[in-house]
Amino acid sequence: MAPSDLRRPYKRPQLSDQQRRRELSLKRQEQSRDAELHARRLASTLLSLPPEQQPSESEPEPEPEPGSSSDYDLRDASKLKGPEARKWFAKQLMLPEWMIDVPHRLPHDWYVLPRPAGKRCFVVSSDGTTISRQRNGTILHRFPSALPHGSRNRDGSGPPSYSILDCIFHEMDQTYYVIDMVCWKSYSYYNCTAEFRFSWLESKLAETKARDPPSYYHKYRFSLVPWYDCDLSGLHKAYTGEVPFVKDGLLFYNRHAHYQPGNTPLALVWKDEYCSQYVIDTDNKGQVPSHQQVVLELQDDGKVTTSDDPPVVFSCLNLEFIQQSGLESGCLLRFAIGDGGLTIVDGKLERADLHYLGKSNRARAFADTYSKIMFQNMVRGSPLRIDDLVASISSSVDGASIPDVEMICG
Amino acid sequence: MAMEITQFLLNAQAVDGNVRKHAEENIRQFQEQNLPSFLLSLAGELANDDKPVESRKLAGLILKNALDAKEQHRKFELGQRWIALDPNAKAQIRVCLLKTLSSPAHDARSTASQVIAKLAGIELPLKQWPELIEALLSNNNQLPAHTRQATLETLGYICEEISPDVIEQDHVNKILTAVVQGMNSAESNNDVRLAATRALYNALGFAQANFSNDKERDFIMRVVCEATLSPEVKIRQAAFECLVSISSTYYEKLSPYIQDIFSITAKAMKEDEEPVALQAVEFWSSICDEEIDILEEYGGEFTGDSVIPCFYFIKQALPALIPLLLETLLKQEEDQDQDEGAWNIAMAGGTCLGLVARTVGDDVVPLVMPFIEENISKPDWRQREAATYAFGSVLEGPSPEKLMTLVNHALSFMLNALMKDPNNHVKDTTGWTLGRIFEFLHGSTFETPIITQANCQQIITVLLQSMRDVPNVAEKACGALYFLAQGFEDSESSSTQLTPFFQDIIQALLDVTHREDAGESRLRTAAYESLNEVVRCCTDETAPMVMQLVPLIMMELHQTLEGQRLSSDERDKQNELQGLLCGCLQVIIQKLGSSEPTKYVFMQYADQMMGLFLRVFSCKSATAHEEAMLAIGALAYSTGSDFAKYMSEFYKYLEMGLQNFEDYQVCAITVGVVGDISRALEDKILPYCDGIMTQLLKDLSSNQLHRSVKPPIFSCFGDLALAIGENFDKYLMYAMPMLQSAAELSVQTSGADDDMIEYTNTLRNGILEAYSGILQGFKGSSKSQLLMPHAPHILQFLDSLYMAKDMDDVVMKTAIGVLGDLADTLGANAAPLIQQCVSSRDFLNECLQSEDHLVREAAEWAQLAIRRAISF
Repeated sequence: MAPSDLRRPYKRPQLSDQQRRRELSLKRQEQSRDAELHARRLASTLLSLPPEQQPSESEPEPEPEPGSSSDYDLRDASKLKGPEARKWFAKQLMLPEWMIDVPHRLPHDWYVLPRPAGKRCFVVSSDGTTISRQRNGTILHRFPSALPHGSRNRDGSGPPSYSILDCIFHEMDQTYYVIDMVCWKSYSYYNCTAEFRFSWLESKLAETKARDPPSYYHKYRFSLVPWYDCDLSGLHKAYTGEVPFVKDGLLFYNRHAHYQPGNTPLALVWKDEYCSQYVIDTDNKGQVPSHQQVVLELQDDGKVTTSDDPPVVFSCLNLEFIQQSGLESGCLLRFAIGDGGLTIVDGKLERADLHYLGKSNRARAFADTYSKIMFQNMVRGSPLRIDDLVASISSSVDGASIPDVEMICG
Repeated sequence: MAMEITQFLLNAQAVDGNVRKHAEENIRQFQEQNLPSFLLSLAGELANDDKPVESRKLAGLILKNALDAKEQHRKFELGQRWIALDPNAKAQIRVCLLKTLSSPAHDARSTASQVIAKLAGIELPLKQWPELIEALLSNNNQLPAHTRQATLETLGYICEEISPDVIEQDHVNKILTAVVQGMNSAESNNDVRLAATRALYNALGFAQANFSNDKERDFIMRVVCEATLSPEVKIRQAAFECLVSISSTYYEKLSPYIQDIFSITAKAMKEDEEPVALQAVEFWSSICDEEIDILEEYGGEFTGDSVIPCFYFIKQALPALIPLLLETLLKQEEDQDQDEGAWNIAMAGGTCLGLVARTVGDDVVPLVMPFIEENISKPDWRQREAATYAFGSVLEGPSPEKLMTLVNHALSFMLNALMKDPNNHVKDTTGWTLGRIFEFLHGSTFETPIITQANCQQIITVLLQSMRDVPNVAEKACGALYFLAQGFEDSESSSTQLTPFFQDIIQALLDVTHREDAGESRLRTAAYESLNEVVRCCTDETAPMVMQLVPLIMMELHQTLEGQRLSSDERDKQNELQGLLCGCLQVIIQKLGSSEPTKYVFMQYADQMMGLFLRVFSCKSATAHEEAMLAIGALAYSTGSDFAKYMSEFYKYLEMGLQNFEDYQVCAITVGVVGDISRALEDKILPYCDGIMTQLLKDLSSNQLHRSVKPPIFSCFGDLALAIGENFDKYLMYAMPMLQSAAELSVQTSGADDDMIEYTNTLRNGILEAYSGILQGFKGSSKSQLLMPHAPHILQFLDSLYMAKDMDDVVMKTAIGVLGDLADTLGANAAPLIQQCVSSRDFLNECLQSEDHLVREAAEWAQLAIRRAISF
């Protein structure tokens, strides 16, 4: 181009809408591709990680070498057993935060469901078998099921595929309660909203005989947990309604949220004495300790933090103490919160009165999250009550008739 | 024959069509019968001063076209053909060409210059015309001025044609010496001086070494600056063009000269003729481009080892530069807003002001505000427009804190001006400025919103009313609405401030699309684009209104497809409209398809919609095809496996899209849609795979296809392999060697520029996605061991990537994922190979410690998979 022909764009946006349309399509394709690979890798690991290599709680294994998860050497591969698997798996489930304040617009944007008491696990069916794995990677059951390709029964054959469900196994009635769907017949639901996943979950499960009572080719029954719009009647049904399982609090899902592995504020858990037997954490003996206990992770610089990303700092140990006690960075430590409690200024933790108790149980993969500690703290003092939830819903419903400027800004 | 060719060449330019056709036929036959003799006759004709100028010129042009073409592959073929030509003929042609440079006929000389440059482009890289440069340089001072002029012009063209590494430094020095000598004020002939100045423009890229030498650089800069003061306007313009080019090529060398350049450019901006003044402004715009890039790259923090330091030229010049730029704003042309091709000093000055604001941020505001305040209410429209344009220009760059108060203050003034100012030009700029306010200062991230309950209604009322104004103003109002809507796009809430007006907005935009004059000032396009953005920001509450839009837009598309007889002009417009309507449907599909309740209702239209899209393919318009293809991709994504029912009809258009080399955008989009369809159909895509793979492989081997399409084709291999699993086995023997050679190519990146590095990373990512897809596709299959022979080169590719140390995070994530997939699918058999490779140790460690959580996540998976593979 001759230099004198140079014209710069004049009063034109930098990106044309046509270009945006192209880019948005590419982004959709990219995300779908990533989601599919992600789901396949998860399925593959769920299926083929040998069960005997999993850590078991009764037989604690040696703590990993300091920083071993990041300083990996194949020569040591045989030594690496539990921690990576546990960390990786634990991050694959969508982990609700604890509800420490009530989200805006509960009735408009959220679902509520009663949470069955039991073991949270992934259930994967493929190639004629079904496997459930808990958060720490341990196999719970290997069994035939009526899920797609979940048993050797040839009834429901079709092209090979895998399906992954997010479940809670309820010991008493030996039932898997399905709370979410990650993958169905190889189709990944990672990038779908909760609204989408929940409605498909119901219709997909209905296509199979997974909800039938146990039989030769179907060892455990699968059941759905009822879910409601989180308006007054929905909350009431979830809170007081009859369910066939032992209730352990309520789950809240933001209807627009995708299935996001790891901790997320777009799914929340809440409980009180009425809907859960386990409101206040107990110690290893099943007793409620007189002071709240927390598990925190020791960092290089002596700070002790939660497992959030980014971590929240609760305190800082002095180096002398660390050396004397033989602690290494990455250790999980148990503390009691003393009478000084937690000092919160402008919604931020400023000081915590921590008393060191010792190293934590080795089966744990993670420190507590901030929301869990705060929820437990509130439960002991001024808990968030069902009335608070009701009040929030009522005001949100009243507010809906006037255009909600404050909502957006606030 | 020689006599005849003159006649053919003259006849080929005859007014009488038959004579012309006959002559063209004769020329074609001659060329086919004996190429060397044909080319030689042309060269002879060009060199012969006894022949008419018309035939000489055409002879030169045909000769040039026999050496050069626009399309890369054709150009390459012609080059090969020349190289293979009889050496004697070639030697004689070269002699003729050089001789022509001394011809008294200007047109003959000028044509010969161009042919010589094209020939040099073929021969110099192969060292086949070693004496060319020497021959040209010997055309020195003793020769007549017109020969020197032609020689300099030729040197300039040669520099434009070839890359700097082809000419050795000794020759570069001599060329520069000759050029700079020709530019010198001592040169009395203006034609020579102009040719030299233009030649320098092209030769600047060759002068790296000379610009690193203080004395030589000083000399070149002095000569260029002197040339900007020449009495001849064309020389001044060419000299400023050199300065613009120097500003980007040698930014880091400018410090000692910037003061002088400022004085020169300031004078030119104030008093010189417009073509010169435009280049003077462009110099500063170009400096802004450089500094914006540098500041973006380093985030404002410079250390001793930053590659290019920022000299803050703009910041230093600011107090003097801003008044100069503001002054240009008052030199608008009447009706420049209705003229698509307009480019004048006021437009250039405002554009530069916008770049300055982006470069220096807050500092620009106090220097511009007094001008705005003084002029914004003046009776002369030029002053009001200039003030408004200045305001709009500085809205990007300064911090929101600096601008918020001003904007809040200005908003109602602007709304009023958009409605009531008597001058269209002022209204146009006001509409644009409102759009900029919404673009840069409105959205969910701002703490104090400028759109409030109190002013929202007024804003929308004014914008909707202005959409009924003259086309250029209405177009700006649509643009402003676009950014107003965009600010609400990521609102989580099911109702926004737009909600109460949603229906009115949609109706107003539809009305605009139906205006008789919507073809002017790209008004119709702007209206559909705004409609798209409004659709993107619809919520649960407003989705039903978007749903009602579906049959309307479908009806409009239907109408464009009804067989009317149209002139080619009308057909172009029709195709443009089809593109816009398909684009709009695509946005609607994507939006409504992403939410379950709306998707259900929406799917009732799927059959009809697909029918319409397929009919769009029978029209011949690349844009319409592209948009229809994108819409079909979105539809496939929403429909899932039910999309299979459309495949038999759709397939031929899919294949057509994959064959469209010419409009490579269509091809690229189609490749993406193959991915959408494989995910939607899974193994139901199998019957179509042979055809698709054949086409994709052809695309990859073609050197006609734009390179940007190749990475997505590799990704597409992965998509197909995931969809059909082990059935991909029959394609392995074709796909794997292609992947392997592309992989090898993509790790050789030495000396690549930024564009090339970016492309290389895209290519690597595509290749890696193919490997991941293929490996995961074969997972669990008895045929998975077919991949074993390919494992070594995949691992070697990963190792070379790691060694090359120039991956971006995306490639890193995909690469480490491939390592995991390989371990996962091949298991114990691959364990020894994996243990040998560097990737499984150092690379994996690096990824495990990455700051990017996606990289870490992929690495943790790979670590697990490897552990499993080696512990069997």
